[in-house]
Amino acid sequence: MKRDPIYGTMAEFDSAQALVDAAKRTHDAGYQKIDAYSPFPIEGLAEEIGFHHNRVPLVVLIGGIIGGLTGYLMQYWMAAVDYPMNVGGKPTHSWPAFIVITFEMTILFAGLSAVFGMLALNGLPMPYHPVFNVPRFALASKDRFFLIVFSSDPKYDPAGTRKFMEGLGSRSISEVPS
Amino acid sequence: MDEPYKTTVEDEPAPVIEPGHTFGTVTEKISAIVLTRPASNGWFLGFGIAFMLTMMMLYAIGYLFLKGIGIWGSTVPIGWGFAIVNFVWWIGIGHAGTLISAILLLLRQSWRNSINRFAEAMTLFAVACAGIFPAIHVGRPWLAYWLFPYPNTMRVWPQFRSPLMWDVFAVSTYATISAVFWFIGLIPDLGTLRDRATHPAARLIYGALSMGWRGSARHWARYETAYLLLAGLATPLVLSVHTVVSFDFAIGIVPGWHTTIFPPYFVAGAIYSGFAMVLMLAIPIRKIYGLEDFITERHLQNSAKVMLATGLIVAYGYGIEAFMGWYSGDRYDAFTLWNRLHGPYAIAYAALLICNIFVPQVLWIRKLRTRPVALFVISFVVLVGMWLERFIIVVVSLSRDFLTSSWGMYYPTRWDWMTYIGTIGMFLAAMFLFLRLLPAISIFEMRTLLPEAEVKE
Repeated sequence: MKRDPIYGTMAEFDSAQALVDAAKRTHDAGYQKIDAYSPFPIEGLAEEIGFHHNRVPLVVLIGGIIGGLTGYLMQYWMAAVDYPMNVGGKPTHSWPAFIVITFEMTILFAGLSAVFGMLALNGLPMPYHPVFNVPRFALASKDRFFLIVFSSDPKYDPAGTRKFMEGLGSRSISEVPS
Repeated sequence: MDEPYKTTVEDEPAPVIEPGHTFGTVTEKISAIVLTRPASNGWFLGFGIAFMLTMMMLYAIGYLFLKGIGIWGSTVPIGWGFAIVNFVWWIGIGHAGTLISAILLLLRQSWRNSINRFAEAMTLFAVACAGIFPAIHVGRPWLAYWLFPYPNTMRVWPQFRSPLMWDVFAVSTYATISAVFWFIGLIPDLGTLRDRATHPAARLIYGALSMGWRGSARHWARYETAYLLLAGLATPLVLSVHTVVSFDFAIGIVPGWHTTIFPPYFVAGAIYSGFAMVLMLAIPIRKIYGLEDFITERHLQNSAKVMLATGLIVAYGYGIEAFMGWYSGDRYDAFTLWNRLHGPYAIAYAALLICNIFVPQVLWIRKLRTRPVALFVISFVVLVGMWLERFIIVVVSLSRDFLTSSWGMYYPTRWDWMTYIGTIGMFLAAMFLFLRLLPAISIFEMRTLLPEAEVKE
């Protein structure tokens, strides 16, 4: 497949407020494939660009359930099935004694699911990404805010989109080569 | 700030960040410590001493591997000497880092943003120090992996009904979750360092570690959810870890161990000593690196208040122990109390009461809570006191149990001391490296505290 030489059009903003307003207007104007970049998390910004399905909690829930089951069943199988040891006539399946490790395994699996689930859903690690081709994008990790309309958007056309973005009150506009 | 009551000027708490900072200055100031500031002679001196102490620890451990546990003072009846005292002490210190990063995040205490990063690093290094002790204490350390349930040709499995086994899982889970929590918090800041570094090697290393973080709104949304969930998971975890550590004692029948007050009083003691360590690290760091704008009097005050509160819980624990020694009518429990007050280790118990209960009461004085030097000294006293507490619990209880024929005394050897002091060196060496290689304050979380970060819908 031939790659589009243009990845999108990017606008730079001075403040978080300007970025949120611009993202809202761009999304309202019918652009679907857009993204916003900021040096810190901004509440509500993801919703403005049309991100609604955050699946991290589900991944963590599944991880936690698997961890808890693994922890308990591991102990049950090892202590009551594979290597039953009679200690003072106490039951081999002594479930209260298994709770601590079940709990720890739940936390361990849920926590690792949160980390690796978040990274996987975000597509990280990613060694190359076109937005870094814009030199000023280095400021996205300091004090500048960026909005991009991807060229894969059905409404995208280089000149028209640029004109629209010029009306958003941005500081500068640049084309992002892919 | 919408306070329900009017505050006078005098009552106004110190700000979390001194006014006048912008996204740019916060970024510059914190990343400059890592990227542009040359390492001072003081840093090399401090790191050099800490590194030499680490070498001393490795020497002591090497000799231990060669000769065996006999070089230590632990012997029957005191089989748990310094190794377990130091293990519990270090694990406890780690707890404050998780409290700051997870519990205070859930409670929306935004002042934590300036101290959570190095407090988490402190947790990680403290847990690393703690982990050394049980591993070398097992007698045949090259077989320490037997602690884990792995399929083996002996066809045996660990004993899951033992609190020592619970401890293996609790501590290893705690170490893992603390490490990933810390690393996840670092990713956006590593991106900042990648974009600001000028040396190609630094750009490459920080770039690889940041994994291509670009601050996309979608990424932030998932990131924040994951971070919050991790905090929610780490909160019960940290409470469980010292609870399980206390089970190591409380499940046993030794007088002085077999009590139900142990879990809450261990957790409170852990946070108590941890905040003391946070203060002992924060006070010199803010001074040397000029971070008084970010780690303000507010942080010192709040940490001092947490210390005061947890110290009172610990005092309550001591009180209940003494009360139950009398009220239970159990002659062995009563003797444990008498033995602590009048036995051969009475001086350690007196020192413990002075360090942990009496001296920290000066923190009720408001003026003192903002004096860095005073807080530094009090924190040191608390750390000594908390070490003595574990010494009393481990050594004094074991030295005189039910039968007079099995009584004995404990004399730590120089190898015990070398290993203990060596872990302090290792902890400090890791801290020195951390300060120079990674941002000691969370840059992106500091940005969210600035007034310009606020967005109206």
